[in-house]
Amino acid sequence: MAVGLTLIFGVMRVVNFAHGDMMVWGMYLALFLATRLGLDPYVSFVLCAAALFALGMATQRGLVDRIVEAPHEMQILLMLGVALVLENTALLAFGPEPARVRSPLAAATRELGPLYVDVARLVTFVVAIVLTLALSLFLFRTDRGRLIRAAADNHEGAFVIGADVRRIYAAAFGIGAACVGAAGALVSPILPFQPSTGLSLSVTSFNIVIIGGMGSLLGAFVGGLLVSVAESLGAVFLRPSLKELFSFSLLIVILLFRPAGLFGKRAQ
Amino acid sequence: MKWLGALAVAVLLALPAVLSSYALTVFILILFYGFLGQAWNIVGGYTGQLSAGHAAFVGVGGYTAALLSSEYGLTPWLGMFVGAALAAGLGAVIGYLGFRFGLRGFYFVLLTVAFAEVCRILVSNVDALGGALGLYITFTGNPRQFQFQDQRAYYYIALALLLLATGVVAGIERRRFGIYLTAIREDETACEALGVDTFKYKMLAMVASSFLTGLGGTFYAFYLFSLQPSTVFGIPLSVEIVIRPIIGGAGTLLGPVLGSFILTPLAELSRQYFGQSGLHGAHLIVYGVLLISVVLFLPRGAYPVVRRLFRRA
Repeated sequence: MAVGLTLIFGVMRVVNFAHGDMMVWGMYLALFLATRLGLDPYVSFVLCAAALFALGMATQRGLVDRIVEAPHEMQILLMLGVALVLENTALLAFGPEPARVRSPLAAATRELGPLYVDVARLVTFVVAIVLTLALSLFLFRTDRGRLIRAAADNHEGAFVIGADVRRIYAAAFGIGAACVGAAGALVSPILPFQPSTGLSLSVTSFNIVIIGGMGSLLGAFVGGLLVSVAESLGAVFLRPSLKELFSFSLLIVILLFRPAGLFGKRAQ
Repeated sequence: MKWLGALAVAVLLALPAVLSSYALTVFILILFYGFLGQAWNIVGGYTGQLSAGHAAFVGVGGYTAALLSSEYGLTPWLGMFVGAALAAGLGAVIGYLGFRFGLRGFYFVLLTVAFAEVCRILVSNVDALGGALGLYITFTGNPRQFQFQDQRAYYYIALALLLLATGVVAGIERRRFGIYLTAIREDETACEALGVDTFKYKMLAMVASSFLTGLGGTFYAFYLFSLQPSTVFGIPLSVEIVIRPIIGGAGTLLGPVLGSFILTPLAELSRQYFGQSGLHGAHLIVYGVLLISVVLFLPRGAYPVVRRLFRRA
């Protein structure tokens, strides 16, 4: 999911505070599809991604597009507004109780040599890698992907060579949101969720993106691993409730000494 | 303009005589959130450094005063200044790191959020501070303990805080300091080129803002009689603090007050109205929608519009 955020930020320099809430909507969509239509989240994540793609496009077209030129602060506030609306609509629609999607896969474990591996986690991990790879292929090997990167590098330049920058932005925002939608559906059997999960998910993904490096897919991936390892180690060696302390301390250190992140090129 | 201000203060002074107890509560919240917004306004509005971690200062101020009173018997009337000083210390640390390392815009926002979250996690894990459950203050009704039987006392304290903060902001606005702050917001690089010590002025703004916010922490603690790490250090309280000046008009003297007069009753009413039918969170949707529309249609907030209406009349 950090991959989606990094795409949105990297391309548009727009800070999507609604990221975690979009993910929660992906989770609830997976829940809905599972209970009403009996679709396993490992199948329905494609649908969730599509739905979130539409939501992302709509947000971009209807709201963000009007203020792309405005100072950063205004965009932060705008996305904060979107986040508040999304989170609390979810609260109204689904109630505050934690929910979880049942999937037969989630209960299974496999023995892999000396390790027991959760099948659900394994599948999620593999799909995450495949999605990241597919996204980087798209960005680096196709014309459309190159256009997105061009618009990210120099938005006037892309405009001059005849690219429809607005459409590129909408596509990038949509793809970013689709990534979160897919991620939401994929983790919904593993992670119990409720509307307020969105906020902490947003914060976590910001950690990951900053630590890994803005606008770098590899950075987002490594950052994700780093944050989860730091948190798990923290939980093992100290108290579980202290685990977030590690990722936040890491964030502060990175912000101060290497604000572009571990893998980011220096912006500004 | 001057007599209009005096009239407004006079009305506010007289109001408790005619208000019902529920309306009084709403007004206390209006004044208190107006005060917090005004304190934020110094650094967020005038200087343009968007701090999204101001809840941390409320928390530090409140916890300090509450602990000093329960452990050492120090009256919160003095404790509130100790708490505010500690909050200002924290503000200085955050400001020093953020400004010295040149974090601007979004990076500064994240730094403030990260600090507030670190405070929240630390406080929830220290048992001496009540852990995740927080602190509870026993009610004695003793004015020396910052506790009052009569709601009106809280009203006047909140009003005094709001007037204090507004006075400070008015003073800053009129002096060279205020002009420097606005100049930093508009174009920091140009400001530096002209030889203004931007670091110093940003630090001063941050310290003043966190000191005032820390004072508010004591009021918060002794008005609600409880402090929970997730509420006083949490992101939602920071949002509450930021949203009022933004809606009212950040970087204007009366913006935060106006914002609080618009938003607080709206929030209370929708909480009351929707909360009864079990629809929690409706007031936050109202916040979200208002925030989106202000950003899109009134990027300078509601205050300039209101002022224009007054001019015409």
